[in-house]
Amino acid sequence: MSGAADREAVFPTRQSLGLMKAKLKGAETGHSLLKRKSEALTKRFREITRRIDEAKRKMGRVMQIASLSLAEVTYAVGGNIGFQIQESARSARFRIRAKQENVSGVLLPTFESYLTEGNNDFAMTGLGKGGQQVQRCRETYARAVEALVELASLQTAFVILDEVIKVVNRRVNAIEHVIIPRTENTIKYINSELDELDREEFYRLKKVANKKQQDVAAQDAEIKRLKLEQEARGKKQAVADEPETSAGPAELLEAEGDEDVIF
Amino acid sequence: MSSHADNKDRQFLAVIGDEDSVTGLLLAGIGHVTPPPDSQKNFLVVDSKTDTATIEEAFQRFTTERKDIGIVLINQHIADRIRHRVDTYTAAFPALLEIPSKDHPYDPEKDSVLRRVRRLFGE
Repeated sequence: MSGAADREAVFPTRQSLGLMKAKLKGAETGHSLLKRKSEALTKRFREITRRIDEAKRKMGRVMQIASLSLAEVTYAVGGNIGFQIQESARSARFRIRAKQENVSGVLLPTFESYLTEGNNDFAMTGLGKGGQQVQRCRETYARAVEALVELASLQTAFVILDEVIKVVNRRVNAIEHVIIPRTENTIKYINSELDELDREEFYRLKKVANKKQQDVAAQDAEIKRLKLEQEARGKKQAVADEPETSAGPAELLEAEGDEDVIF
Repeated sequence: MSSHADNKDRQFLAVIGDEDSVTGLLLAGIGHVTPPPDSQKNFLVVDSKTDTATIEEAFQRFTTERKDIGIVLINQHIADRIRHRVDTYTAAFPALLEIPSKDHPYDPEKDSVLRRVRRLFGE
């Protein structure tokens, strides 16, 4: 049997049987727990993928609006402001912060955007003309970046969950298809070996009992024989003794008889 | 875990994009230049003259070398130029996000993450 080969190398003793049974129980508990975890994660995962799909589409729209407002700025300022802006960028006003969320033991990071107070690299941008458009464009882009940050956190969660789900599923399968069958096989093996030992022991005891019975029988026979012998001897002796003990009368009788015979 | 401690420091966004995208995002205030000794920008402007090696180098710097970047934004048409790098990038931090640009409308079929989504759902 191929299954018989697939078992753990243990000695078939009652102690290891107990250990194996505990192991099987642990494996089954672990299996059901992991299965539930995997299901919870998968549910979350599906939700996230759906939201990513939505967010990506939304991002397309938002970025389009933002580009349009940038075009407005270019038009209003009457020239390309790109160079000026790239050169005046110093310190980020728009920053992100990573927070963590716990989904059945998995830490999922979520990004949260915030604005730092009091630094404005572009105070001079659009000072000549188009200041209003620049301001509006900044707001539009800030909203766009917020959407992007949200999408980024979804995506990060997606990547991490993907990984974790793979690992959990691998574990579930390993327990289901390798560890549990192997432990069951080991338990079967130990049980069969123990039964075999039991049978051997029983047979041995039976043999011993048989031998004892025989011995007892032989002894009884001997005792009987001895008793009989003794009895027989005792009778003989009694027979031999009796004439001696009642010798008087017997002899007297005999004597009389003898006399009778003589007469 | 040490990786989680690192993630607290990731507070900037980085951009690799064409001039308009970068300008807009800088206007939103994501631009950051580190203090003088080794002054590093967190954005790269790519035009038709920029060669692929420069983009790859910037991508490498934003994704692996710098530890203060949480999200890398890259224009989709630029991501196409270094597609092999983008597709093989699977780390969670920093998050890599393909964004549409003005001249190139967004195509969900090319997005590395959306393709993974589609593959998982067997579409």
